Amino acid sequence: MNEFEPKIVAFVCNWCTYAGADLTGTSRIKYATNVKIVRFPCTGRIDFMLLLKAFSEGADGIIISGCHPNDCHYTSGNFHARRRWVMFRSLLDFMGIDVRRIQFSWVSAAEGAKWAEIVNSTVETVRELGPYSDYQKVADFLKTEVENG
Amino acid sequence: MDNVKKRAAELLKSEAVKVVIGYTMGTNGKPRAAFIQNAEDVDSLIFNAQCVQNLAVYLSKAEIKQLGKPAIVAPLNVLRAIIQLASEMQIQENELIVLGVSPDGELIDFQNFSAIEKYLEDFNMEVDAKEKETLEKISSMSLEERWKFWNEELAECFKCYACRAACPMCYCHKCAVEQNKPQWIPVAAHRLGNLEWHIMRAMHLAGRCVNCDACHEACPKGINLNFLTKLMLNDAQEEFGYTGVTLKEGNLLSTFKTNDQENFIQ
Repeated sequence: MNEFEPKIVAFVCNWCTYAGADLTGTSRIKYATNVKIVRFPCTGRIDFMLLLKAFSEGADGIIISGCHPNDCHYTSGNFHARRRWVMFRSLLDFMGIDVRRIQFSWVSAAEGAKWAEIVNSTVETVRELGPYSDYQKVADFLKTEVENG
Repeated sequence: MDNVKKRAAELLKSEAVKVVIGYTMGTNGKPRAAFIQNAEDVDSLIFNAQCVQNLAVYLSKAEIKQLGKPAIVAPLNVLRAIIQLASEMQIQENELIVLGVSPDGELIDFQNFSAIEKYLEDFNMEVDAKEKETLEKISSMSLEERWKFWNEELAECFKCYACRAACPMCYCHKCAVEQNKPQWIPVAAHRLGNLEWHIMRAMHLAGRCVNCDACHEACPKGINLNFLTKLMLNDAQEEFGYTGVTLKEGNLLSTFKTNDQENFIQ
């Protein structure tokens, strides 16, 4: 078993995508098991630093998902998140961080099938890209430094 | 500059202000900040093209606040920072007197912050053509080249945080880099921590940076970290029609429009 299995972290909002992912399960739709879901109150709460932490802790890909525009439980969290992502994505790209590994999406509580598609397509994209060793090398540099005192 | 000196002396004599924050000649012919508390010292005030430090940074420092009400010598960059600080509720009109300075050193009177805001409308805050060229040059590199470029550029950083200290917008009493529960940014100056620090700095300044380059001037390693904030400024203008500092519109990332456009969310 040498085949590379991508590690994907999904940051999702409680009200839409988490419920949507729940629906995927209750609908018995099978999808890739590479994803680890982290539930947030709202996409507006997803700090960009968490994405960097995911990469430095070994994630090969990231999914960020929440309510469609106008559907936010808190009325505007996803609008704020959208602006932040536009800026953040551009900054990462500019600095040579591979934004193809970050999938942004809107998945509502009724879109169980869409969630499965998003996960499957992200896993496939990241599988083709391979392990994120560029970032890992930088992160491991820290670990070896700490271990060697 | 004579008018500025004259006004500063008047303000100090009448005790309208307790301190005048301005520029004076430092060592090696390089200007430095001056905090003048006596009217007879105003002659040491200078202003020239080398006065690049953003004096607005001192407005939020406790050590300066305790001196009493300040007047501040304010060229364009300082004026922008003052308006941005005011829009973020960090300073109020009655807390300071602004001695506006034109590029050739003439005193400009401002009755209130709105007058400053109006004055600033005539000066474009855009990233200039040469800098845009650099941004485009970096953007046109391949992903691997960009990664290598910034890793090498930031490898010089030893986390002295002079960029933070020089930035008028970095006024948090407790910066995220000093938090250790959780530890967002590793303390040591190594590649991961450097990368994360500079990403965080640029993001926290997105839509707030006044493009004064004080961070770059302060950097002992001459890192081109200001190009990260310049990218953010450029993006803000292109993506969201950001036009520069204003008193009322709110910060770019704490406001939104329902029709903001993007092309990457599925």
